[in-house]
Amino acid sequence: MSTDSNPASVLVIEDDEEIRRFVRTALKAEGFRVYEADSMSAGLVEAGTRKPELVILDLGLPDGDGVDFIRDVRTWSKLPIIVLSARVEEPDKVRALDAGADDYLTKPFGVAELLARTRAALRRSTRNDAADSRVQFGDVEVDLTKRTVTRAGAQVHLTKIEYRLLTTLLANVGKVLTHRQLLREVWGPSYVEHNHYLRIYMAHLRQKLEADATNPQHFITETGVGYRFVMDAV
Amino acid sequence: MVAPPEAPRPNPDDLLKRVNKEERRAGRGKLTIFFGACAGVGKTYAMLTRAQQLRAQGVDVVVGLVETHGRRETEQLLDGLELLPKREIEQSGRTYREFDIDTAITRKPAVLLVDEFAHTNAPGSRHPKRWQDIDELVNLGIEVYTTLNVQHIESLNDVVGGITGVRVWETIPDRVFDQADEIILVDLPADDLLQRLAEGKVYMPEQASRAVQNFFRKGNLIALREIALRRTADRVDDEIHTYRRERMADQVWATRERLLVCIGPAPGSDYVLRSASRLASSINAEWHTVYIETPSLQHLPESVRTTIVQRLKLAQDLGSVTASLAGNDVATAVVEYARKHNVTKFVMGRTWHSWAVPFVRPDLPQRVALLAPDIDIVLVGRVDTRTATPVLSSATKGRFRIDWQQDGAGYATALAVCIGTTLALTPLRVYFAPTNIAMVFLLGVLLIASRFGRGPAIFSALINVLAFDVLFVPPRFSLAVTDVQYIITFAAMLAVGLLTAQLTAGLRFEAGVAAQREERAHDLYQLARELSAAITTDQIQSIVQRAVKGLFGLPGAVIMPDLHDRLEMPERVGSAAPDRGTAQWAYDRGTPAGVGTDTLPGSSHLYLPMRAPMRVRGLIAIEAPNAGVVGAPEQRRQLDTIAALAAIALERVHFVSVAQETLLKIESERLRESLLAALSHDLRTPLTSLIGMAEALSQRPEQLTPDQFEVLSSMRAQAGRMMRIVTNLLDLARLESGEAPLRADWQSLEEIVGAARVALSDVLKEYRVTVTIPSDFPLLFGDAVLLERVFVNLLENAAKYTPKASTIAVESHTKDERIEITVSDDGPGLPPGREEEVFNKFVRAKPESNVPGLGLGLAICRTIVTAHNGTITAENKRDGGARFIITLPLKKMPAMDIEGDTSPEAV
Repeated sequence: MSTDSNPASVLVIEDDEEIRRFVRTALKAEGFRVYEADSMSAGLVEAGTRKPELVILDLGLPDGDGVDFIRDVRTWSKLPIIVLSARVEEPDKVRALDAGADDYLTKPFGVAELLARTRAALRRSTRNDAADSRVQFGDVEVDLTKRTVTRAGAQVHLTKIEYRLLTTLLANVGKVLTHRQLLREVWGPSYVEHNHYLRIYMAHLRQKLEADATNPQHFITETGVGYRFVMDAV
Repeated sequence: MVAPPEAPRPNPDDLLKRVNKEERRAGRGKLTIFFGACAGVGKTYAMLTRAQQLRAQGVDVVVGLVETHGRRETEQLLDGLELLPKREIEQSGRTYREFDIDTAITRKPAVLLVDEFAHTNAPGSRHPKRWQDIDELVNLGIEVYTTLNVQHIESLNDVVGGITGVRVWETIPDRVFDQADEIILVDLPADDLLQRLAEGKVYMPEQASRAVQNFFRKGNLIALREIALRRTADRVDDEIHTYRRERMADQVWATRERLLVCIGPAPGSDYVLRSASRLASSINAEWHTVYIETPSLQHLPESVRTTIVQRLKLAQDLGSVTASLAGNDVATAVVEYARKHNVTKFVMGRTWHSWAVPFVRPDLPQRVALLAPDIDIVLVGRVDTRTATPVLSSATKGRFRIDWQQDGAGYATALAVCIGTTLALTPLRVYFAPTNIAMVFLLGVLLIASRFGRGPAIFSALINVLAFDVLFVPPRFSLAVTDVQYIITFAAMLAVGLLTAQLTAGLRFEAGVAAQREERAHDLYQLARELSAAITTDQIQSIVQRAVKGLFGLPGAVIMPDLHDRLEMPERVGSAAPDRGTAQWAYDRGTPAGVGTDTLPGSSHLYLPMRAPMRVRGLIAIEAPNAGVVGAPEQRRQLDTIAALAAIALERVHFVSVAQETLLKIESERLRESLLAALSHDLRTPLTSLIGMAEALSQRPEQLTPDQFEVLSSMRAQAGRMMRIVTNLLDLARLESGEAPLRADWQSLEEIVGAARVALSDVLKEYRVTVTIPSDFPLLFGDAVLLERVFVNLLENAAKYTPKASTIAVESHTKDERIEITVSDDGPGLPPGREEEVFNKFVRAKPESNVPGLGLGLAICRTIVTAHNGTITAENKRDGGARFIITLPLKKMPAMDIEGDTSPEAV
């Protein structure tokens, strides 16, 4: 990516200078152009004027709620937003994700993780909408046009709901989907509070498609937040 | 008087009484009395037969004490029953073998047999009477069987004595008999009994065989049998009444009768009390006994006053409500009391007075009848059944004693007033008529009478008439024959003087009584005020001590318990050391003991428990020279008031200190938590950048020397470790502050364990982790983030304390509405005996080990699991290694609508 003639620009909105410093160092080393802001108001200005391709947003800003920033940005742009937050603040993450954030990173986070998420988010936003009709992960192959699932060559039987859940996850590879988002997407708006449906069906999917359901490699649990589907084994 | 209206429903008081009775019975054992007309009817035999039946049914029956009097058939019945050892008491050279109540309490059988209910214990026993021992046992929940003869019932004692000519002194109060749960009448016709007597089957003390022979005459036996049958029938009748009232079987509710007995120092009052008691029980009425203390009665010698206290006590034992009141006039006070308590009948002894007295002054019944024409009066004869005390003579003496010091001043003043009047009037005699001069002298008499009482008044009348006659009536300086008419003047002056003296004395007494009452009320008010201002236990102790001294003139002290409910006995209270045993007994049972009570009345002190709403707070110990000083109902009521006030004050002080401690604890806890939270937050941010920067550097390993890279990795690892400690601290602060409500929802255990494994993938990759969760395992209801934290901590611990390549196993199953999850390893296990301690904060299994950590992980686990209404325990596996067991409640998952989702869509 750093080899691109026109490197992607990233806006980092974070009030702690040291964290900002290493995020900037890491991103620059990867060849991104980096803009910085230390408050939400400055961030909004930067976002509006610099038009970055991606925003990294700390949720604990001193001058406002990061969720308001996301809503604001979403009124005029679909640019990917990755939020930074502490572990105990799961409801904030969920709110940010429901408001339109694409991903989140829990502090403390490693540089490798930061770069991986950044790249994945950029890839999703620039991806051609005409997605492949065939998806492969592990020893599972999904044919989206034929609506078939095979595992190690053998056909796997999925129920309607299981299949819909699988395709919803496949359409958002690498992205965290909150419980609400998944429930609304797969079961419908009146089911958003029925978490137990999601738990049961996710367990079914794992049992049918994971090598070890207790140690999943693709259907990843984001505790207290939602689920994430990853193509490559973690 | 207004009788309570006939109610078609139970009176609330009755209901309350019944509830109380039932409540009291709830913790109580049953008392069964085998009741007979006289010795020899086979009560002990019947009791033992019943005991053998119970034993055959497997009931725990123990014989506390049974007198077989050497009768073989009775002795045979003791076979196979456990006998408690008797207690030997040495008292003035004699050895008494008594029933041992302490052994009985320790043994605590289901059913205990104790013969001879009315027995008097040897001096120095805990209670003077055996029935009191039995009462205590019953209160402790032991069922007791005992035996009793009709002549031992207090109210029947003199009747039986009258019939048989033999009096027994061992009696039991009627209420004890009436409150017994079951009365079993052991009956034998007189002829059969005489037959048994002839066969020598009836026990008789040898020394009194003649008197006993007299006793066992056929006529006596028939009479006794009748009394016993009737008494039992009365009781059964009562039971039927109670049953009816409880079942509302019929709608008839008799007007409640109340009797009032007035007692005084006159002999024969005991008989009046017994008659009243019998009358009250036969018409099922409540009865009151009052003693009115009038001015003349206040001068009675101590011995007579003690007799009155004993009578009031007798009345209490017979089941009466007692009161001792002060009043100027007995009749007025009695009627006033009767009005206040809705009395329907007076019971009075016929007065001793001779025929002449009623003409001078109507006797008490007559005056009461005048004052309360609507209340019935029952007059009973007075039979002095005990040795008559020469009460009246000493009382009479007291009444006419002259106080010379007081009266001397009166006579002198009378003389001075007389001389003064004479001197003042002499120059005026020519201007005034003798009649007016006589009036001035009369004024002098009035003054003296109102000030100094009867004697000086008579004296004053006499000298004034003389002075008037001699100096003012012509011819002066002579007592002429014509002056006889001035006898009328003298008589008038005398009458005025005496009347005035009488009225003044009455007023003065009433004022005195009122002042005394006022003083007592004031003292109690003062005490209440001081106690309500007291803020320490010490203050309360000294206030109570002062109040006892002030109100009774007796040395007293407050005795407080320590943390283990053992009383902290002072060296001495007054002149003697208080007795620990008695005091502890009174404290444990919340019942007064010692002098003036039924329990150990021989002690030198009275021990009064201070009962507060929550519990007994301590004792007031008072040294009293005799029972009279603290045993009278009036005094006891006052002492009880003091004890209650002190108890409430102590309880208040106790709760104030509890509240203060709690507040302090809350404050320090809050401070600690805010500190912790701030610390954690301020540590977290720099650590995040530290970790990030270390990683940013190691992104380019090719620019670093191998040594630098190694240092960098180590930096990264150390920062990560520190981060985990800080995270734990933050978790704990958050959990303990209560600011983190559970975000509970349906969770899958598989996912939670899986997430924990992902979070620890770096740490766990060198271990073998097996997870066994049945595929149909139910969902948990809880906070996913917190539950994940539990497994992260448990798995991390397992990895920390076991060598690499060890196996860590997570297993789960459901068990009796609970979910049980175990996390076990095959490492060295926990230090034995510390399995519980490891859950405490800052406690680590091996404090000296080089394994990093603060000892917070397991404390957090426990806090989280407890918040989920679960438990977490640790143990060592039998084949080595530690095992942590979590149980969580199993909740029913809401139904799922999965219709139409059964067929696979993929084709």
